Amino acid sequence: MLKLKLIRRENESTMARLIVPVLSIIMAFGCGWIFLALSGYLPAVVFAKMFNGALGSPYAISETIVKAVPLMVAGLAISLAFRMKLWNIGAEGQIYMGAFAASGMALALGNGSPYVIIPIMMIAAFAAGALWGLVPGLLKAYWQVNETIITLMLNYVAIYWVDYLVFGPWKDPNSMGFPLTPIFSPAAQLPTWGDSRVHLGLLLAGIIAIVFYLVVQYTRWGYEVRVMGESSQAAKYAGMNVAKNIMLVMMVSGGIAGIAGMIEVAGITHRLQQGVSPGYGYTAIIVAWLARLNPFAIIIVAFLFGALLVGGFAVQIVGVSFSITQILQGTVLFFLLAGEIFLRYRLVLAREEAV
Amino acid sequence: MDNTALSALLAATMIAGTPILFAAAGELLAERSGILNLGVEGMMLVGAAFGFICTLSTGNHWLGLLAALAGGGFMASIHGLITITLRGNQVVSGLALTIFGSGLSGFLGKSYQGAPMLFKFESLHVPVLGNIPFLGPVLFRHDPMVYLCILMAAAMWYLLYKTRWGLTIRSVGENPQAADAVGINVGRVRFLCTIVGGMMAGLGGAYISLVYAPTWQENMTAGRGWIAVALVIFALWNPSRAIIGAYLFGGIEALTFRLQTMGIHISSFFLAMFPYIATIVVLVLVTIRRRQDAGAPEALGLAYDREER
Repeated sequence: MLKLKLIRRENESTMARLIVPVLSIIMAFGCGWIFLALSGYLPAVVFAKMFNGALGSPYAISETIVKAVPLMVAGLAISLAFRMKLWNIGAEGQIYMGAFAASGMALALGNGSPYVIIPIMMIAAFAAGALWGLVPGLLKAYWQVNETIITLMLNYVAIYWVDYLVFGPWKDPNSMGFPLTPIFSPAAQLPTWGDSRVHLGLLLAGIIAIVFYLVVQYTRWGYEVRVMGESSQAAKYAGMNVAKNIMLVMMVSGGIAGIAGMIEVAGITHRLQQGVSPGYGYTAIIVAWLARLNPFAIIIVAFLFGALLVGGFAVQIVGVSFSITQILQGTVLFFLLAGEIFLRYRLVLAREEAV
Repeated sequence: MDNTALSALLAATMIAGTPILFAAAGELLAERSGILNLGVEGMMLVGAAFGFICTLSTGNHWLGLLAALAGGGFMASIHGLITITLRGNQVVSGLALTIFGSGLSGFLGKSYQGAPMLFKFESLHVPVLGNIPFLGPVLFRHDPMVYLCILMAAAMWYLLYKTRWGLTIRSVGENPQAADAVGINVGRVRFLCTIVGGMMAGLGGAYISLVYAPTWQENMTAGRGWIAVALVIFALWNPSRAIIGAYLFGGIEALTFRLQTMGIHISSFFLAMFPYIATIVVLVLVTIRRRQDAGAPEALGLAYDREER
């Protein structure tokens, strides 16, 4: 009897590495098409609206970039930890802590020179995010406490902490009851490109991606991180300090995610408010995974996911719920995860052995 | 605080603990078999939406519960297909499931936003016991789901620790290689546990939309799926401890709504952090002390591949 069998590959297939993500996106949109048709919508109209809303005009593209920036920065942050097989799913909380620390600085310093205030906000955001990454890193390094669970739990601690501040001590007395802090002084706001909302954060994301690539590819530390991701045993035998590097990677990963929070408050909202990140930290995990942790691919994928977010708002005009964006995001990831088996295995038709 | 207020708080605790316990008991089963499913929130939402829509359109809340079971089970089967059959990453798949479930339930429920639930579960009034002062309203005057949920968690404990099936499930979660060697079909056991786990999450979600709220709101589970994930760890993968934990976390939720009226001056946000911080503390203590009987299943989160021994 002939049967399909999975045979392990010696090396990851380069072809599959390119084809699988692209095919995942196409198939997810195919599923979305069928789903919309079954729900009584005209899929062609909906997707055209989505495309136009996200990429159809200079304004649309600028809004897509605005949504993509935090995904780029947080995606880069996550990919560093994932490279070492540290499952940091705490970017959401690290974003909130970064936003909290940056806002604290902005509110405390008031007006002044942006060349002083912006760097201070950035350092504070990095430190707060790094702390939020260091806690699970420390626990993992010395006691092998599961970092997935700790980072996940810390997300909620950070979100409720920001909620406490914006509903309580930091609330703007003139906000008419809305959970917001007062608006930052102009010196604490990132400069924008022309009339659009595209801000300096985009440049920062690009710089982080380049530095990230150079460090991982060309430095001794980057090499160590890659080796430790492959096998912590091998790294130990080679005399690498795994515990120290776990803490360091989690700190830097958390710190960069914290910068994403700073960019969001300094570039977009110009104040701390409830729900400052609507799940960027989780979407960034999809972005990093889809980009296979490659820093430049992260920039591109984040742009696509920014487009999906903005397009999701646009389709509401034709009566489709924003939820379609989440359905598409989830489906892309399902296909990608399912398709990854072809990177590691070959599908062959084999004769079933008689038992 | 007077007796009436305390009795009302404890009665609300029983209600608030119910959806968490349903979902946590289900997740506990899946994790015991070695499958970490972070999609609980998404499975609960789909269960809540399916249950709500089916009940409103058929007028029968039992049919609604069936739909919720189907919805949760369907969601979990996606996770099973990806992580068990195709050996994909469990963490990422679970997150995808949560995002997908939030989208699917929001999409299906769009036209029901804010609609009231017309068909309600009648509260039971246990004869004699229900008339006991104080304890009566706290324990014996709830809807049948509250009791069903405790029964299910207790049955889960019995299944895991007192039956052959339980031994099989635990062995698959602790050491799939050994289980495979004695002829257990690792994939099948894990798939079954994952799907049953999803069905229970679906029930937990439906409890929120049918009884607790009782209405449909987008993302109405409001993080309870994550509380359930936390609870499994807090309970150290033991259903009997999960029952206690569910009412502890449920009690905190009930308390957050009553703080102001009771004149307690803590911010409700700090109270809301408690389940997560408590879970971190418990996980850290247990891992550091390396208690063999109380740790996570050894193979939790790892795909099983026969050729990788």
